[in-house]
Amino acid sequence: MTDETNLVDGPRGPKPKRAFTRRNIFVYGTLLLFAVYYLLPLWVMVVTSLKGMPEIRMGNIFSPPVEVTFQPWVKAWSEACTGINCDGLSRGFWNSIKILIPSTIVSILIASINGYALSKWRFKGSETFFAILVLGAFIPYQIMIYPIVILLREAGLYGSLWGLVLVHTIFGMPIMTLLFRNYFTGIPDELFKAARVDGAGFWGIFIKIMLPMSLPIIVVAMILQITGIWNDFLFGVIYTKPDLYPMTVQLNNIVNSVQGVKEYNVNMAATLLTGLVPLVIYFISGKLFVRGIAAGAVKG
Amino acid sequence: MKNLNAKIASIPMIFTALVIFVGCTAWTIYHSFTNSRLLPNNNWVGFDQYERLWDTKRWIVSVGNLAIYGVCSLVISVIIGFVLAALLDRKIRFEGVFRSIFLFPFALSFIVTGLVWQWILNPEFGVQKVLQSLGWENVTFDPLYNPDLVIYGILIAGIWQGSGLIMCVMLAGLRGIDGDIWKATRVDGIKTWKTYIFVIIPMMKPVFVTALVLIASGIIKVYDLVLAQTSGGPGIASEVPAKYVYDKMFNAQNLGQGFAASTMMLVSVAIVLIPWAYLQFGGKKND
Amino acid sequence: MKMIKKLLAAAVLTGLSSLSSATELEVSHWWTSGGEAAAVTELAKAFDASGDKWKDSAIAAGGGGAAAIIISRILGGDPMGATQLNHGRDAEELIKAGLLQDLTDVAEKENWREIIRPSSLLDSCTFEGRIYCAPVNIHSPQWLWLSHKAFKDAGIPVPKNWSEFIAAAPALDKAGKLPLAVGQQAWQSNLTFNAITIAISGLEPWKKVYVDKNAEVAGGEEFKKVFEAADQARKISAKGKMQDWNAATAMVIKGDAGGQIMGDWAQGEFQLAGQVAGEDYTCLPGLGVTEMISTGGDAFYFPVLKDAEQTAAQKRLAALIIQKDTQVAFNLKKGSLPIRGDVDLETANDCMKKGIKILAGNNVLPDLSQVISADTMSDLEDLMVEFWNDPSMTTEEAQERFVKVIARAD
Repeated sequence: MTDETNLVDGPRGPKPKRAFTRRNIFVYGTLLLFAVYYLLPLWVMVVTSLKGMPEIRMGNIFSPPVEVTFQPWVKAWSEACTGINCDGLSRGFWNSIKILIPSTIVSILIASINGYALSKWRFKGSETFFAILVLGAFIPYQIMIYPIVILLREAGLYGSLWGLVLVHTIFGMPIMTLLFRNYFTGIPDELFKAARVDGAGFWGIFIKIMLPMSLPIIVVAMILQITGIWNDFLFGVIYTKPDLYPMTVQLNNIVNSVQGVKEYNVNMAATLLTGLVPLVIYFISGKLFVRGIAAGAVKG
Repeated sequence: MKNLNAKIASIPMIFTALVIFVGCTAWTIYHSFTNSRLLPNNNWVGFDQYERLWDTKRWIVSVGNLAIYGVCSLVISVIIGFVLAALLDRKIRFEGVFRSIFLFPFALSFIVTGLVWQWILNPEFGVQKVLQSLGWENVTFDPLYNPDLVIYGILIAGIWQGSGLIMCVMLAGLRGIDGDIWKATRVDGIKTWKTYIFVIIPMMKPVFVTALVLIASGIIKVYDLVLAQTSGGPGIASEVPAKYVYDKMFNAQNLGQGFAASTMMLVSVAIVLIPWAYLQFGGKKND
Repeated sequence: MKMIKKLLAAAVLTGLSSLSSATELEVSHWWTSGGEAAAVTELAKAFDASGDKWKDSAIAAGGGGAAAIIISRILGGDPMGATQLNHGRDAEELIKAGLLQDLTDVAEKENWREIIRPSSLLDSCTFEGRIYCAPVNIHSPQWLWLSHKAFKDAGIPVPKNWSEFIAAAPALDKAGKLPLAVGQQAWQSNLTFNAITIAISGLEPWKKVYVDKNAEVAGGEEFKKVFEAADQARKISAKGKMQDWNAATAMVIKGDAGGQIMGDWAQGEFQLAGQVAGEDYTCLPGLGVTEMISTGGDAFYFPVLKDAEQTAAQKRLAALIIQKDTQVAFNLKKGSLPIRGDVDLETANDCMKKGIKILAGNNVLPDLSQVISADTMSDLEDLMVEFWNDPSMTTEEAQERFVKVIARAD
């Protein structure tokens, strides 16, 4: 449909002439207005998390802190309580990492094999399976939640890390497979045929030729999966136990267990901490992130 | 055996497609016709669960909310997404900065989004208090506590999180348009906004369709956002179908009812998806 | 230096515990408010002191959401070692499916039949003659908690019953107080309604509706009055904007709200805030009208585990929960009543003494969760939370729908 690399080429509109034309004021004015809407919550999160409770009660949520305190951050990270466990979000953070690494690797590995088979080794019915897979991306999760509980129980994986990894792999499969299939389709068949003539088989070609060539798409896939898996709440809450609760679930737990007064500054610090990993990924990856979602989205 | 390795390698995919996507869905649909309570059983009760479902106020409210949320977020996201993309495409300075700003919420989870907006819309501390302290003493702005407005309070947050993605899709679409078109319209002296509406937008039809499908498939899954922002309240005013399913399955211990509700969700997705799939794939054969 | 000492101490501790072959048991509950956490700490301490290890898994999602998580885990085949669950009908199907541990041998050895009072508590743990749960406390939801400060600020005496309270509402409102604080979660709306029902309709109609599921009575005159009273309560609580029950209790403690209808677990919060019953706050069981309380409460269930060590530890925990010392330590912090009659709660405060007296007079009724199914409960909660938060819903409409729920109830 459209090539996502075009995004990087730069705009194609007519060139601006002077700096302060009516047009420019309109364009930049509108953009700035929207920028405020998008940035405001981030700003509010940051300033709230740096204020003490008295200042929050007296002041304005938009104003910067008069007295900067990092106490809410410390509390959110390592002291906030749920029940008698008072170790804050830190446990959730490490759990999320524990979930994230295998889930990302396994899901990308399987999806890349799928994409490879679908593009270069089509067999009877492979397109049908692919169509089911893509349509599956649109099935509401709710309809599959319960039977998957049963399947995991029968496999003895319910509540374990690998059970959740499996769930992430399954639900990430449609979009990931699509991504790799489209990418591998773009790799010239001649290359593939030459390798076959040389006697390389399915796995040989995959490992020696395809994988090394697919680094860019792997990066894109990683960005998509990392943000997606980190932000998951539903699967974390249904398929794991408190030992393994990811950060989002723990965040919800901490914010909802009020002991005494509700500490909004701690809540906001906790919220920010939970959002930090995807935000960092987002800002570091920059254009790749954009390319990733454009590739996943436009071609979907 | 031809392609044996490829077939072996595809086992996870075939498993996912057949067992999970087809199998689990069929299993749930089948059991929605039973009176399963805490555990699934095979006592066939016909459409009883569905009759009860559509006789339940909370479900009706949930569906209504989803309709409002869905239509509004479709329209608003597409408008905002297109306008922003068009503005960014006007060869402006700091394009990268603006784009980063518009898109960053998409990296955040719905739980985070919901909690931030719950805080901003908190009448005791948030926008309402600021407005009141600025002199508008009688201003009330507490959408999350007003049953008639609460769904719009959630909408503000949802749009904040998701519209950047649509902007990105639109921008990719705009960049895909041939530069000669712009030259031609300029030569003809057609105004910029007219060019957008009469020339560019019709050309971008596939991009719009993609954006719509993208938003629509996300909307039906809305659960975390509502849970974090309002937990369905005040009363049942911001309940959504996904939450109904979860609550009935595990909390009310009435699996049959939850399955019936989730089957209805699937039906509504199918209603959106089938025409799209027909347009997208059915149309190609005629080309 | 300090650090080294700490490390040494930790090393010694872990060394010791591994010697005594402590079995770790994960315990799920939804006790996350300040008072509740203090109480559960007592249980954990007692269990740890007995040589095993309490692993705390608190779920903060309000009773309803937590139960969902607990049940999905039991169904998923990777259950916790012990879990709080409303005893009664919640557990029926789990027992039928063979997912919960049979505790009959512990009960017989520890003589639960003799000790546990009222005996109805053990009855609701019993299914087909076998015992499946260990009751930990008695809680009753039919209490009205009143803030002395709020009434003093409004310049009126503290009411002695529900009708005086309703009459005092305008004065409270004028003084800038919220007359009645009701958290917006569904279970709280339902609790408030149910407490008003018993106070207004009295026992017989309540029983006919909730125990016998008599739809005619649910649509009758008595319940019309109940809905009218609930409508009054709804009006005087309309300005409240809190979600959690303990946020509402905090308003009563601070004197920002006149009163709250809440279970006796609210006591833990008053206690934690250093308030004295009779001086800083008053409690009215049965809203000061029908002095009856239900004997529901919390109970621990023990899912079936494969590991023999852990199964033994489960039984040790079950026995421990019923023991005298545990009962005293836990219930004093929790503000609930002990499940045995032979415990001397000399340190009990005013409110707890009221409760004990009612219990001794056997003025008890069954807990809602023992007479209706989880499904019906969820229907009732959906209805009540809507009624409570949507002022445009008339009492007639609410009652009409109430009748429908009762007619379908099981």
